Amino acid sequence: MFHFSNLVRSKSDPKIISTGPSSLTSADRLARGLGWFSIALGTLELLAPHRVTYALGMDGREGLVRAYGVRELLAGVLTLSVEKRAGLLSRVAGDGLDMATLLGELRPSNPRAGTVLAALVMVGGIALLDYTAAQDVAAQHDARRGRKRLYNDRSGFPKGIAAARGAALPRPARSTALS
Amino acid sequence: MSDPEIEHERDAIIRVTSCAICGSDLHLFHNYIPAMMPGDIMGHETMGEVVEVGSGVNGKLKKGDRIVVPFTIICGECEQCRRGNFSVCETTNRNRHLAEKVFGHTTAGLFGYTHLTGGYPGGQADYLRVPFADATHIKVPDSLTDEQALFLSDIFPTGWQAAAQCDIEPDDTVAVWGCGPVGQMAIRSAILLGAKQVIAIDRIPERLAMAEAGGAITINFDSESVVGRLNELTDNKGPEKCIDCVGFESHVSMAQPDSVLDRAKQMFMLENDRPHALREIIYACRPGGIVSIPGVYSGFSDMVPMGALMNKGLTIRTGQTHVNRWTDELVRRIEDGQIDPSFVITHTVPLAQGPEMYRAFRDKQDSCVKVVLKP
Ligand SMILES: [Zn+2]
Ligand SMILES: [Zn+2]
Repeated sequence: MFHFSNLVRSKSDPKIISTGPSSLTSADRLARGLGWFSIALGTLELLAPHRVTYALGMDGREGLVRAYGVRELLAGVLTLSVEKRAGLLSRVAGDGLDMATLLGELRPSNPRAGTVLAALVMVGGIALLDYTAAQDVAAQHDARRGRKRLYNDRSGFPKGIAAARGAALPRPARSTALS
Repeated sequence: MSDPEIEHERDAIIRVTSCAICGSDLHLFHNYIPAMMPGDIMGHETMGEVVEVGSGVNGKLKKGDRIVVPFTIICGECEQCRRGNFSVCETTNRNRHLAEKVFGHTTAGLFGYTHLTGGYPGGQADYLRVPFADATHIKVPDSLTDEQALFLSDIFPTGWQAAAQCDIEPDDTVAVWGCGPVGQMAIRSAILLGAKQVIAIDRIPERLAMAEAGGAITINFDSESVVGRLNELTDNKGPEKCIDCVGFESHVSMAQPDSVLDRAKQMFMLENDRPHALREIIYACRPGGIVSIPGVYSGFSDMVPMGALMNKGLTIRTGQTHVNRWTDELVRRIEDGQIDPSFVITHTVPLAQGPEMYRAFRDKQDSCVKVVLKP
């Protein structure tokens, strides 16, 4: 990957010799994985809803699956953005909706009830992951982390505020000459 | 990374002794400004010692000189440079054609600020190549420490220009939105330039405390109505001069529905900027007033209240900083002891800790206001 960006660089600019450690934390990675998972699932639901309805014995509800696909795509984009936490929480809500829908399909008359049950377990597991990731991301970005200090002794004026007020008056004509 | 080498005769190489993380680096860190590539070096607040000089520098610099590198690369010769409009220098952006497509006309090359502004490697590194080094430098008097001089590269002249553009008069109230490092400098500059009253708006307690220490009256927008308080403090007339030190990544809050809508549109690339602060400024500003915008905007902003802007007869002044326009004057003010810009530094760490400090700065952890990195 970096060989390409080295190629387009000006000849005397620094080049990447080797890549260092990544600054991504495990929480970032988990969120990123879930975001891409959301996009993959969303794409499948949107473009091939029949596969989903067939596997789960819910023929005729392709429209619903498509709508869920759009929801997954939006949640995926949000999760991959700076607003990871909002994305993950929206995924948790989405997981709840998925589970409610699957529960509705879990009737004895459904010949695919076994698959539905497996899907339910899977969504449950993913919901747990989404929730954990949301918690981790929130903790990581918590502004209350670290020492709290106020800087009420930092005026920036060595001679005090009173001396600073208007000290630059009268304003000199702006100089446009090069230094 | 490998070290940079002299490429053109007007280049110089410096060994970096101090550099800083700027608020506008966060826009890149968040990938809002396009055209970043793996291996791009960030950083546009840098100073150091000259270790190599190209043959075309013509004695303006020599080995061993201690210089601050302004973040705008200037040629010193084009029509804009001659007018002192250094941040719109016509020759230093080596990706001029890209910038002309996006902005209509090119602006200056900037260090460490993506390929739209020339793709020049930044100064958060051990060594930095300075193009057009004969013009693009600020010589530092021996009497100033690195910490006192470093911010001449960006945040100090940026805050100063923001206030100077307001044409402050002795009866003026100057309101400053955003109390990050540039906001802090703008507050002090407004005080030096003789504002009767400076009002600072933010939500982070340590920034508000620092603003107050610098002579400002503070408004915490999480707990108070900004427009209400501004009216109260100005006899219901509004501040004459308003400075936007927030820019396009303004705080998103459920209490401000426009900011949530902006964030959603930004995410789906329906607009580039979140101009909440700008909307509030145009609304709050006194008719006939001046709005000064040092905060960075990237592209298109929706729902900027043109009706209020036009009918109230507001003047808008903008721009990346014409750093070298202010250099001599600001060096003198630091030497005179009128101001010491190092007050804003809250964290000084080795360069290798940069990634963690980006996080701490972004998330306002550990009461972080301004980070200096030491290679
Ligand atoms: Zn900057
Ligand atoms: Zn020029």
